[in-house]
Parts: sequence; structure tokens; C-alpha cells
Amino acid sequence: MIQFTDITAWIHTLLLSVMSPTWTYVVELILSGVTALVVLLVCVIIMVYMERKVAGFMQLRWGPNRVGPYGLFQVIADVIKLLLKESFSPNRADKIMFNIAPALALCVSLMALAPISWAPGLTMWDTNIGVLFITAISSMGVIGIMMAGWSSNNKYSLLGAMRSGAQIVSYELSAGLSIVTAVALAGTLSTNGIIASQANGWWIIKGQIPAIIAFLVYIIASTAECNRAPFDLAEAESELTAGYHTEYAGMQFGIFYLNEYINMAVVAIIASTLFLGGWMPFHLPFDYPIVQTFNHIMDFIPTWIWFFGKMFLVIFFMMWFRWTFPRLRIDQLLKLEWKYLLPISIVNLLFAALIIILHWHL
Amino acid sequence: MRALFNYIKEVVYAFVSLAKGLLLTLRYFVTIKKVNITEEYPDNRTTTISVKERFYGEVVLTHDENNEHKCTACTLCQIACPNNSIQIISKQVETEDGKKKRVLDKWIYHLDMCTFCYQCIDACPQDAIEMKNSFELSVYDRSKLVRQLNRPGSKLKEKPTVKEQQS
Repeated sequence: MIQFTDITAWIHTLLLSVMSPTWTYVVELILSGVTALVVLLVCVIIMVYMERKVAGFMQLRWGPNRVGPYGLFQVIADVIKLLLKESFSPNRADKIMFNIAPALALCVSLMALAPISWAPGLTMWDTNIGVLFITAISSMGVIGIMMAGWSSNNKYSLLGAMRSGAQIVSYELSAGLSIVTAVALAGTLSTNGIIASQANGWWIIKGQIPAIIAFLVYIIASTAECNRAPFDLAEAESELTAGYHTEYAGMQFGIFYLNEYINMAVVAIIASTLFLGGWMPFHLPFDYPIVQTFNHIMDFIPTWIWFFGKMFLVIFFMMWFRWTFPRLRIDQLLKLEWKYLLPISIVNLLFAALIIILHWHL
Repeated sequence: MRALFNYIKEVVYAFVSLAKGLLLTLRYFVTIKKVNITEEYPDNRTTTISVKERFYGEVVLTHDENNEHKCTACTLCQIACPNNSIQIISKQVETEDGKKKRVLDKWIYHLDMCTFCYQCIDACPQDAIEMKNSFELSVYDRSKLVRQLNRPGSKLKEKPTVKEQQS
């Protein structure tokens, strides 16, 4: 079976044979960036289509089914529409900030992809503080949103951005604490290390109750961080029109939309890396011969299927929440974070620490 | 202690009720082929489309197989109509035994003014008119919305007299 490491090594030797090591490094940086971007864009296209189909099916309708077979080209048609529209900026807006904001928001959410381990040996930046980097970067996403809201010179945009900021900043805490739980269980901050520590079973199985609670808290908190329903308070038609991107049109709006879905993909990748073993196949942590056989059979499924399967599973969960739950009021939203999720995740972290010290986890 | 117990109970209850909702939508998601209620309208307009009987589409004057209707031109529907979309034009005819009788000449229905309120049908003492569930009512010319509902050559259905009923 071809490994991704073989492909990267082949590209590396090929580039070294035609150019100097410095240029090889530069070209490899560009190539890896473009590859990640393309993979992510394809994922986003699938996610947008999936979202509309899931929404349709859960609301007893068909979803898009006009453009192409089963409505498959609907997303492409939407993107073409957005590209053809004028990117209008309002007269009294702060033009420079207004135009930088979507690009900045997109950059921030793409930067979070750097330390992610896509497949065995396939990491853009294999650093020992990968998870720390991701949490640091993902909280910077607020800046793009606040810039967009402030520079639009529109009270709805500003209020939407404020709400969004309050929401992201407060849910960052419980998301962070549940990430810390997983990191404490794995004993490392490197994404490769965390995945390697799940070779004999995913943390959600091995870590017992604290890992399950941390996973649930992380899913809830990250749904709120992505500004998705039931926590989509930044967008409220009746009070705030469309929130921080009220004034954006055309592809600038498209970039915010893309950014939302990339954030969702990043969150799903982090959740699957920390709790569901990333690209690691499904293994059970027992020594019986039959379990060993089962583990061996699971190894035959390619790692990229496991990676994207888990990612889309988590994404499906988030979509499932979106089309089931009614949205919260702003006070309920903050109450949920400060009175429920944060105390639960603190207690859960202590509980996890106890389990780690006593070696109760498998 | 009690407060802590209540707190935990609240959290557990919240999760149970959320799980109920999730299961419902999951059921819809999995069995969409069965539970889907969307009509793919322009595609199935000649095949599987189903419009409920209770849908108020347009007023029709019912005719039986002998081209007879039950309208006695009493104009109660015209009076009941809140926006004058019904016009009953009657004429005087002389019966065989020399009596003068008022019969229906034209039953004019202005579909462009009708709000489908059902009051004319409630008002009719003869059950001569009814509401059909047809819904493709748009036309290119506005004058086509003014319709004469009694068919050409149709006449009032004679009620059996008391003697005939007894025999």
C-alpha cells in the first residue's frame, strides 16, 4: 500500500535533484499550503452540500435537487453567483479594515491547520506544542470578526460582532479546559504524539467517563465557537439582520461563509485528533486474541478514510444539533457557559487528573 | 447538598430531553423516503400530486349528468360574498301553466376578487355550489378570470313534487 510519506519523500528527492535545498524548502512550503487549501476547499464544498441535504432531510424535505444529479452542482452554482457579484463596500466604512477583515478571518482559521497530523508522517509543522498553537490561533479568530463589525460603520454589524466576540471568548474557556483534559490523558501537546498515544484505543474509550464528558463539552463549546445554531446569536434576522457580515456582499461575504465552514472543519479535526484518534484505526485496548485480530483487521482500512470519516462524523453531529435544537437567548447562552459548562469541565479536569494519577485509564 | 443534587438532576434532565429531540430528527433523517411530505410540484403535476380535499381552490357550480344544476337564483351567495365576486343574473320565464318564474341566466364568478372564504357555500340553501381543490388558476389575461359558471344550455334541476315523492 502506498503511504503518504513515500509520496512526500519522492517529491522531496525530485525537487532536490532540480534545485538548491533552499528553493526546495520554499517550493515545499508553497506546495503543502496549496494542497491543504485544496483539500479543505473540497471538504467545504462537501460540507455545504451535506449541510443542505441534512437540513432538508431533518425537516421532511429533499434539499437541493435541481442543479445536476441530486443537486450536486448547487454549491458550484452558488459560488459562481457569489463570484459574479460586486464586492461592495459602504461609503462611510473604514475601507482598508473592511476589506482586510474577511482575509484576516480566513488566514487565522487556516493557520490553525498547520500542526494537524493528516496521516502517518504527514504533518505540515510537526511541533511539540501543536495543540497549544491551535488553541492560541483559534482564539484570534475574534479579531477578524470584530474588525468586520467595527469597520462596517453599522450598528447591527457592531452589535453582532460584540455578541460573537462575547460568545467566542467565553466558550474558549470550556473548550480549552476539555482540550487540557485530553492533553493530560495523552501526556503530550504534539498532535502526532497524541495520536500515537491512541494506538491501543481512542481516548474516548480509554479515558472512561472524564474523556466522554470532555468530548461532549468540547463539542458543545466548539459549536458555540463556530457561531452555529443553536448558538448562532451573531446572526439574528429580527434584531441584528445578518450580524457582523451585514454589509458584506459578493465574494467577501463568500469568504466569511467559507471561513465558517473551515472553522467547523478545524474544530472537527481537533475533536477527532484529541478524542477519536485522528487517523488511527479503531483499536480496542484488550489483550484477548480475538480483539487483537479485530485490531489487525481495522488496520487494513486506509488512514485517510479514518481521518475524513471521523471528521465528517463530528461535522454531522454539529449539523444534527443545528437542525434539532431551538436557539438560545443571549443570557441563556452565557448562563450555559458560566454556570454549567465551565464548572463541569473544571470538575471533570480534576476527575481526569485523579484517574491519571491512579492509572485507572486503560 | 440538596442544591448540588438539583444541579446534577437538571443537567441530566437537560441531556435526556435533548436526546429525545435528536432521536426524532435522526429518525426523519434515516427514513426520509417514507416521511417526506414535500411535493416535487412541477415534476409530479400529472402523476403523484395530492392536494388535500379541504384546500379551497375555486368555486364551481355543480352540474349532474343531465346538465342540470341546483341554483334557484336566490342570490343569497351574492349577498353573503364580502367582496362582490359573485354576480347572479336571472331572467323571468313563463312556465307551461302561465305562471312567471325567475330562473338563473348567468352565474358570474370573479376569480380575481375571490378570497376563497367559503361564505357563499355556507350561505347556499340548495348546496348548488362547492369549492374545488384545484390550484393552477393563473392565466395570462385578466379577463379570463371572470367566469360564467353555469354551462350553456343547463337548467334547474326540478325537485320532485310532494305527490311524486309519495308515489
